Amino acid sequence: MSVQALETVHTLYGIMAEFETPGHLVAAARKVRLAGFKKFDAYTPYPIHELDEAMDLHDNRVSLYTLIGGCLGGIGGFSLASWVQSVALPLNIGGRPLISVPMFIPVTFECTILIGGLTAAISMLLLNGLPLPYHPVFNVDRFVDASRSKFFLCIESADAKFDRDNTVSFLESLNPVEIAEVAR
Amino acid sequence: MSQPVELPDQIYVGPVIDEGHSLASVSDKVGGIVLKRKTTLGWVFGLIVAFGLLQALMASATWLLIKGVGVWGINIPVGWGFAIINFVWWIGIGHAGTLISAILLLLNQSWRNAINRFAEAMTLFAVMCAGMFPVLHTGRPWLAYWLLPYPNTMALWPQFRSPLLWDVFAVTTYLTISAVFWFVGLIPDLATLRDSTRKPWQQKVFGMLSMGWRGSARHWQRYEKASLLLAGMATPLVVSVHTVVSFDFAVSMIPGWHTTIFPPYFVAGAIYSGFAMVLTLMIPVRKFYGLEDIITMRHLNNMAKVTLATALIVGYGYIMEAFFGYFSADVYERFMVWNRMTGPYAVFYYTLIFCNIITPQFLWAKRIRTSPGILWIISIIVNIGMWLERFVIVVTSLHRDFLPSSWGMYAPTIWDFGVFFGTIGLFLFLIFLFVRALPMITIFELRMLLPGARVKEPVAQ
Repeated sequence: MSVQALETVHTLYGIMAEFETPGHLVAAARKVRLAGFKKFDAYTPYPIHELDEAMDLHDNRVSLYTLIGGCLGGIGGFSLASWVQSVALPLNIGGRPLISVPMFIPVTFECTILIGGLTAAISMLLLNGLPLPYHPVFNVDRFVDASRSKFFLCIESADAKFDRDNTVSFLESLNPVEIAEVAR
Repeated sequence: MSQPVELPDQIYVGPVIDEGHSLASVSDKVGGIVLKRKTTLGWVFGLIVAFGLLQALMASATWLLIKGVGVWGINIPVGWGFAIINFVWWIGIGHAGTLISAILLLLNQSWRNAINRFAEAMTLFAVMCAGMFPVLHTGRPWLAYWLLPYPNTMALWPQFRSPLLWDVFAVTTYLTISAVFWFVGLIPDLATLRDSTRKPWQQKVFGMLSMGWRGSARHWQRYEKASLLLAGMATPLVVSVHTVVSFDFAVSMIPGWHTTIFPPYFVAGAIYSGFAMVLTLMIPVRKFYGLEDIITMRHLNNMAKVTLATALIVGYGYIMEAFFGYFSADVYERFMVWNRMTGPYAVFYYTLIFCNIITPQFLWAKRIRTSPGILWIISIIVNIGMWLERFVIVVTSLHRDFLPSSWGMYAPTIWDFGVFFGTIGLFLFLIFLFVRALPMITIFELRMLLPGARVKEPVAQ
């Protein structure tokens, strides 16, 4: 990376284009990906499932972590019940088994859901890098509409293919409403 | 998503969201209730009334803590009384929120989008009220942490084979997961409020609460996955919670309680009372806040249908309860059914049949399902009926069980009513605060219902 490019990365987060409809955004996102950009993102007021395909998004880590969390919760719940009833406080009631599996199912189940659910929510937030109250994209004035009614796409200056002028002209070819530079 | 389906006139009652709304207009309308709408006198009045009722809870709980649980009407043989009746009633009310937010999400019922936030808030507040009762019923709430398994100097551990301990795990898990699900759903809407407001303090508060949500597509993808997973887990959870609550009864040997139908019958009853409560709250709210274009006739109609369907399941439960008593050929079971229908509490039994079985039959008529006023009255009657159901289940089984020498009568005291109405005050107080401070409708899911939200890619030039 040249000195000039490094300087750009430090002062400029990226170039942002605004689109009027979700259809334009999805088409643009696909072209940006096919043009070889890696570090770019779309910003929308509601989830658009077509973007997953257009941007080639397939992060399944939330599901994996939730599965692991749920399993650990279930194993933990069952182990806790078994340990308490057989080691910590064994009660011999008419010679019945100390580890009475059917009676431990409700607690095992609830612990599975509790840990699994917490893992789903927390891993989603952490993988998204949230909480993060400040982000450069908020520097664009019109970006307040990203949570209301407008659709945005930002190519980041950290991308290997990024070049200030070429990227602007490339984005202009995608029929945006407006283009803005995103300051750091 | 919500493709308009061609339906014959007698079935179709209107769209999920009225025409003329755009992405911006729904955001401004729902967000504006929090940000722009002036605090009305009606809201202040309602809050004061709810707060006044809440004081009944404080006074009754204080008196209870000073004197002990003897101030309630409970005694031997009826040791459970109002505390358990109200606990089951409140927990049941909460279940509709999870049903709407989780099960209807999995079933792809897009009409839920307008009512799920409110119903989930109702769930949270109802579970808070429910939790009050077992904790107060222990008589020493400051020792409630003894219910949890933790190493202690008494070298004692809770009994993992007891349904009452299962309740502790089920209800705390339910409260936690409901709160998490609710908050995760709020994040994008809090970001909308942050971006819509111009007041710096609101920007800061909503900015921190929204965790800096910026609507990134990469975030949405994980967000949707997490929501779906939470819904997938909340669905069996909600069934398990009321199943465990019914185990409190069904695992015991008391006549009338010891039946296998209790878990499904309780879950259906819970959804029934919950939908009735959603209607009770939603009908005035949509009127006072002018939300008839977002919470449409279609919603009321659908909720009324769910209410009717669950009423029929509950009715089946009543018939089976009586049949089990007869078919068991057990003298105590048979006497319990007989005593329930002809004994000293028979009037409650027949009132409950009237409220829960006869009243909802009006919902077969489309005209009634689409008249908010009548629907509201029916929903109130169902709420009362479901409370009576729990009263009948708890009291008629306990007050005359096996030996006539140990029979007795149960009557609640003023402190029973004080705690009960106090929790209604707490519930309403929280609802009033909620509709004022947070968006009561999930804005981002509402946007997905709009025709303009659908992706139509431009044809390549």
